[in-house]
Amino acid sequence: MADTTDQIPERIPINLVVNGARRTLEIAPWTTLLDALRDRLELTGTKKGCDHGQCGACTVLVDGRRINSCLTLAIMKDGAEITTIEGLAANGALHPLQQAFVDHDAFQCGYCTPGQICSAAGLLAEGRARDADEIRELMSGNLCRCGAYPNIVAAIEQVMGRS
Amino acid sequence: MNAYVGTPTSRVDGRAKVTGAAKYAGEFAADLLLHGFVVAATIPRGRIARLDTSKALKVKGVVDVLTHAHRPPLAEQDEAWKDEVAPEQGSPFRPLYDNSVKFNGQPIALVVAEDWETAKFAATRIRVEYEEEAFATDLESERTKAAKVDQPHKPRGDASAALTRAAVHHEADYVIPSEHHNPMELYATTAVWDGNGKLTVYDKTQGVQNVQKFLCSVFGRKPNEIRVISPYVGGAFGSGLRPQHQVVLATLGALALKRSVRVVLTRHQMYGLGYRPMTIEHVALGANRDGTLEAVMHEAIAVTSRFENFSRNDTGWGEQLYKSPNSRLSHKLVHLDVATPCDMRAPGAASGVCALECAMDELAVALKLDPIELRLRCYSDRDQSEDLPYTSKQLRACYARGAEAFGWSRRAPGPRSMRDGKELVGWGMATGVWEALQMPVAVRIVLTANGHAEVSCAASDIGTGTYTIVAQVAADALGLPIENISVRLADSSLPQAPVEGGSWMAASSAHAVLGAAEEIRQELVRRVKAMPASPLGGVDAPDIILVDGTVTKAGDRSRAVSIADIMRHSKLERIEKEKLNQFEEEKSYARNTHSAVFAEVKVDEQLGVIRVTRVVSAVAAGRILNTKTGRSQVMGSVVWGIGMALHEETLMDHRFGRIMNANIAEYHIPVNADVHDIDVIFVDEPDDRINRLGVKGLGEIGIVGVPAAIANAVYHATGKRIRRFPITLDKLLD
Repeated sequence: MADTTDQIPERIPINLVVNGARRTLEIAPWTTLLDALRDRLELTGTKKGCDHGQCGACTVLVDGRRINSCLTLAIMKDGAEITTIEGLAANGALHPLQQAFVDHDAFQCGYCTPGQICSAAGLLAEGRARDADEIRELMSGNLCRCGAYPNIVAAIEQVMGRS
Repeated sequence: MNAYVGTPTSRVDGRAKVTGAAKYAGEFAADLLLHGFVVAATIPRGRIARLDTSKALKVKGVVDVLTHAHRPPLAEQDEAWKDEVAPEQGSPFRPLYDNSVKFNGQPIALVVAEDWETAKFAATRIRVEYEEEAFATDLESERTKAAKVDQPHKPRGDASAALTRAAVHHEADYVIPSEHHNPMELYATTAVWDGNGKLTVYDKTQGVQNVQKFLCSVFGRKPNEIRVISPYVGGAFGSGLRPQHQVVLATLGALALKRSVRVVLTRHQMYGLGYRPMTIEHVALGANRDGTLEAVMHEAIAVTSRFENFSRNDTGWGEQLYKSPNSRLSHKLVHLDVATPCDMRAPGAASGVCALECAMDELAVALKLDPIELRLRCYSDRDQSEDLPYTSKQLRACYARGAEAFGWSRRAPGPRSMRDGKELVGWGMATGVWEALQMPVAVRIVLTANGHAEVSCAASDIGTGTYTIVAQVAADALGLPIENISVRLADSSLPQAPVEGGSWMAASSAHAVLGAAEEIRQELVRRVKAMPASPLGGVDAPDIILVDGTVTKAGDRSRAVSIADIMRHSKLERIEKEKLNQFEEEKSYARNTHSAVFAEVKVDEQLGVIRVTRVVSAVAAGRILNTKTGRSQVMGSVVWGIGMALHEETLMDHRFGRIMNANIAEYHIPVNADVHDIDVIFVDEPDDRINRLGVKGLGEIGIVGVPAAIANAVYHATGKRIRRFPITLDKLLD
């Protein structure tokens, strides 16, 4: 790579609505939404597993849709509404997916879990999955190295009302 | 007494994990935190001739660049770098120690900056020139250089002669590739500068005390100067047994700059650490026509680095499973210009038993015997290596229960004899075996007057459920509801524990809890007997139990005093007891867990695509402390077995000595769509010899045998015997 510059980019002000709260931050254009959440807003519930869009641990909901926050620059989401795992429980009560994950033991180490749950919330909103096979297929962007997949499918089925 | 032990109790740390509240090593905040980014070597062997950091240092926000030529002092003796899991023979790798390059991906510089992006950018400004040296990274081309390592297995009889004489014999090489653990959490450390030279190090490790002792030794610090904490670990599977590169680098940075430093490796950089070593497993079996064995020969040839001898027990498992009057086992190492391998889930057994169980399947075909029938005909009730009986061995029940649940009796024996539309159907099975180990662990219990107890220990919970089983055992032993138990783990300042590995932590931590709880009980008994007109006055101490928040005469609930009353009367706010539990070294029994694994595959005849549609794993592992988390653990292990059979392979370009697929897209692991029905059966296995609770541990047994069961199913489906793992579609279509 040619040494084109030794200068780091200037920070630019953006607004994000994160878990219902408006947050203003000055951010460099090269900062991903994932790093903005974890390092700048201290919302470490969203996980970094690969930083390359390969594992899904960083999945959050942006304007209701599930995305890999590691493949998204924060400045691209100026003004967007973002829901992270920290925003799913309401008034201390677990979101039905969070409760179902506990009930079905749908995790072990817990590191992929916030991404799995956000992805499942996105999946339910999409309304595309009708059976276990479709859940498996449409949740395959979220890796779980502990191998909790059958329990993850069972938890999602429970919330879909099909268990 | 057992309100919780043996029940499907939900994880006590579940809420923290589903809400994002659980904090992992790279997530702890610190004032004025600096971020380190690692620069890694791009050659496998040689010397750093020039390392130019000047351009990186000019980047605004960069604080320093540490290299072998610019760093605080590091220990000079090998012994100082040997952590408790290090191989006995060798010279452990030392990050940023000198200008030598020992493997591709070795860390050679650490850029430290005010934020992570700046450090990452500045790392691209570092220029390195190498003096390259000739290297070798290919096990197969270097196979002839293999050197034998000491193994405890003594030869029995004359296996070579018996093999020659045998009526039926099978002999083949099975090749297991190198595999990387790839836990979901990146290897990460946050070293927090507490001032006055003291550090609190949040690290992704399976053993906080191992890392703490290692850091003190490497950096010449006193024990009270470094504390290591790791409350949650995002998967490890063996990768966190030895101190990882980034914990040395973060500590180095913090000590150099007197500021807090976080270092998180990239997924790519994680491939510069330990892995399951590629192994060529040579198995030869000789049998009589009736299916009894005459000879077992098993030789493993495995990769290790140039600088450490890493080896595990790949070949000894046949001694435990199959009766044979003659056996010869050996393990050889080939030293290559690569990082040292390390333990990865069921190290040794996952690879060795895979080969053995594929070979047994091939022998069954040669003998025209059902694979289960062959295993029953040479079933061993003794561990032949030491000629010992087992504390318990319900493997026969595993075969029976597993076969029944799977529907094995409906299997058509011939290959290519079962079909579902355009897919060939194959049913295969294999045996699994692992050790039931137990280690000294200490636990502290603080019982407070409000009927709550805090149970603490330095042991880790790497997702295995240690928090939950410790809470269950403590709740039962103290007679309290589980909600009243809080568990603190994985802080080096807490009572002693070894690394969490080898499946030993369940039994070890559970009995340590029992030991400390017994101390609490005895203290309460002394106190209650000292009370005036105590309802337990004349009762013998052993007849007094803790139940429902009271101290009670066993069998007579009318004679009870609440813990609160005892504490009030004794003017105590808390009772604190700490106890180190050590198991008696009873050498007259072998201790093992066993399993029988049954797999169904469906193979697209035209495309060669393989799906594992069903797995039944019947496990005999003593008492299962938690049937919910225990089932999950075995299920996850089965998923690992699917990966080992069909997906996982670290691919090396031997022209450059560099890993080609060092990411989690091209290094394939099972995804949700790859995993279908998994049925876990826990076979009843009472065991009053192994330990008081009869616990054996579950971390490894679930993977052992799974790859072979799948490979055997692929043979049954297609008639093709693939002995080079993973079994990918190109091999089937060849």
